[in-house]
Amino acid sequence: MARSFESKEARIDQPKPDTGSRNFWLDQARERQHAAANSPRLTAEEELTAYRNMLLIRRFEEKAGQLYGMGHIAGFCHLYIGQEAVVTGMMMALRDGDQIITAYRDHGHMLATGMDPKGVMAELTGRRSGYSKGKGGSMHMFSVEKNFYGGHGIVGTPAPLGTGIAFANKYRGNDHVCVSFFGEGAANQGQVYESFNMASLWKLPIVYVIENNHYALGTSVERASAEWKELHHRGLAFGIPGEEIDGMDVAAVKAAGERALAYARSGKGPIILEMLTYRYRGHSMSDPAKYRTREEVKDMREHHDPIELVRQRLLEAGHDEDELRGVDRDIRARVAEAAEFAQDDAEPDPAELTTDVVA
Amino acid sequence: MPTEILMPALSPTMEEGTLAKWHVREGDEVHAGDVIAEIETDKATMEVEAIDDGTLGKILVAEGTEHIPVNRPIALLLMNGEGAPDNAPPDTSNAAPIPQPRDSAPAASDPFQAKPQQDEEPQQDEEPPPDLGETPPAVEEAPAGPQAAPDEPAAEPELPSGTEMVTMTVREALRDAMAEEMRRDGDVFVMGEEVAQYEGAYKVTQGLLEEFGERRVIDTPITEYGFAGVGVGAAFAGLRPIVEFMTWNFAMQAIDHIVNSAAKTLYMSGGQMHCPIVFRGRNGAAARVAAQHSQDFSSWYAHVPGLTVIAPYTAADAKGLLKAAIRANSPVIFLENEILYGQSFEVPKAEDFVLPIGKARIAREGADVTLVSYSRGVAYALDAAEQLAGEGIEAEVIDLRTLRPLDIATVVASVKKTNRIVTIEEGWPVCSIGSEICAQVTALAFDDLDAPPTRITGADVPMPYAANLETLALPSVEKIVAAAKAVCYRE
Repeated sequence: MARSFESKEARIDQPKPDTGSRNFWLDQARERQHAAANSPRLTAEEELTAYRNMLLIRRFEEKAGQLYGMGHIAGFCHLYIGQEAVVTGMMMALRDGDQIITAYRDHGHMLATGMDPKGVMAELTGRRSGYSKGKGGSMHMFSVEKNFYGGHGIVGTPAPLGTGIAFANKYRGNDHVCVSFFGEGAANQGQVYESFNMASLWKLPIVYVIENNHYALGTSVERASAEWKELHHRGLAFGIPGEEIDGMDVAAVKAAGERALAYARSGKGPIILEMLTYRYRGHSMSDPAKYRTREEVKDMREHHDPIELVRQRLLEAGHDEDELRGVDRDIRARVAEAAEFAQDDAEPDPAELTTDVVA
Repeated sequence: MPTEILMPALSPTMEEGTLAKWHVREGDEVHAGDVIAEIETDKATMEVEAIDDGTLGKILVAEGTEHIPVNRPIALLLMNGEGAPDNAPPDTSNAAPIPQPRDSAPAASDPFQAKPQQDEEPQQDEEPPPDLGETPPAVEEAPAGPQAAPDEPAAEPELPSGTEMVTMTVREALRDAMAEEMRRDGDVFVMGEEVAQYEGAYKVTQGLLEEFGERRVIDTPITEYGFAGVGVGAAFAGLRPIVEFMTWNFAMQAIDHIVNSAAKTLYMSGGQMHCPIVFRGRNGAAARVAAQHSQDFSSWYAHVPGLTVIAPYTAADAKGLLKAAIRANSPVIFLENEILYGQSFEVPKAEDFVLPIGKARIAREGADVTLVSYSRGVAYALDAAEQLAGEGIEAEVIDLRTLRPLDIATVVASVKKTNRIVTIEEGWPVCSIGSEICAQVTALAFDDLDAPPTRITGADVPMPYAANLETLALPSVEKIVAAAKAVCYRE
């Protein structure tokens, strides 16, 4: 059900600066923008890397959306557009050997770990060269080589599964950290708190990243969560510290990621990062997104876009438009190549139906 | 009249125990609530409290006596003014000698020696039980099912001839299997509720903490969904977790991770992401624990591709198959039975006794009717076969051992010989293991059948508490005998 901004605003009991915005959490984002002058800076090289990596996710997801519309991709397809800074910044903070795991909005995470766009796209089209030989689809891809542990279709499961990966790190005595991504909707699940408890009890090296894109399918966070303004404090009852981060600024994400990873790596146990972010597209391709207004989405795109933020910083730092257009052109070509590959590749051999059931 | 103090039951399935220590002497005055004795089973040590005020008139069972059946009088309590009877009524209803030595007594050097439950009350092992000059009470009745393993078919190929056999309980066999695999592979660890310090709610993990330490034997909070997921994640990362569920009833909270995360991931990843994990614990009906603690989940898990499901009957199978399960590279559901935990069987004393998964065992040969079961149901079937033999019907008993993959070839070969089949299980009838076997046998041996395939299952109701109703809800020897006769067209 679509709700008016007025009714949403009426619930908000917090004084707001007069920014002209009509939405509490957009206001928050604005405040963060004002504070951007103090935000952590990336080096020129890092800024360009972040730009390139986020743009790859954006262009890949746009292409996936197109292929879905053309019928080449089927089933559920959850696009990451708008949230690119979260995984990109976290991956910039990770060390070799650290692992990540997420739920089903996972294409961005795969590309961020360096998985081949061709293999990801071929999985989306259900072809034999896909990462799961076409048997997993959008929500179920893995790369042991890249330490990407999926790709899970059940909301909340990355929390205990990631905790188990962190358990293995501690068991083996290595210094790797697992980063478990899940959404603000999953943050209400029981298994998440069971995981918090065990991870803190056993001091496991894990960073829980709550990607708060504000909508669990069509239910906004304040309609589903008794306390929704400070999800990063959800671990306090277990002795787990948390931080709220501007998830639209890759520099802030990377800096927070480094702090959190250092904390977890030092043996102090788990830590929570709540990334305030936003998805521009529907929950999945079949979501008409009637639960929010076009203006809200437009405002986010125009004023808080994570890629545009970095682009502006690059321009300010002396990169010129042509150079950045060149980056975009290269990425578009790479994505087009992946799309072409994914459409030309053969379907799985029928014999694959019964393989990989038990090892 | 003096009041009899009876041997108490510590759990719904306890049938006998050891009187470890008397805290009072004859003639002592006791008050209700006073601790008067300690009794122990293979799972726990418990204190016995006086239920009334009075004087302890006579001790009927000396301390150190083993195998005392539940409800046997162990002492007489005299009310004020009563005198001690000269001739305390010794229970003479059963005068069989007690088995010695007790089969579950760990050797002094045994790393699995149980820690005393109450450190402040050390066992007085050094003092032999006084000779009472009378035959100590013996095991009143054998628990359901035979105490010794049925004759192993000579066809069990993996045993070299002349292998020495040792008698051990299913509980010890399971523990030994885990301990041996943990010694063999540093990636194997055990986690679950009460598995470490308490040594298992059913004492299956006895001694593991002592030998392997808290890094590898891990007590979890009571959060099945969470720790099942943690186990699966650790298995994704290459470890080999053994996740114990106190009972499979509680695993309902974890079934999402068992099915969605563990069973499906190998397929969903195109063969990339393995999940070498064993989920094990008590399954099926115990005794008088009612609906939420008595359910056979065999058919639930046997339904799921990606899982291997094992439900052993004998201690040898429990050991050999649990070792195989721990070495498997896919998730294994290992269904144990509480009533079988304390039962003893012959187990090969082999360096590395591993049995093949997916292979049924012919527990008794016969030519007239095939009885197929698994876990505790095999005990019913063997007893029924014994009874049927007395009536001239030779039943072949097949112990499935593994429910997925199902060894249907062995079943079909038997049916081709007997032309009749009765399946036996504790689970509910709809979509049961029996349903599957009957469907497959009908398809694969249609022309060989001389009677409709028949299922004996649990009643299609939640498990009742009342003793008579519970009995009605479970398979029984009588039901199996009747069904076997029916398919043989005998009255």
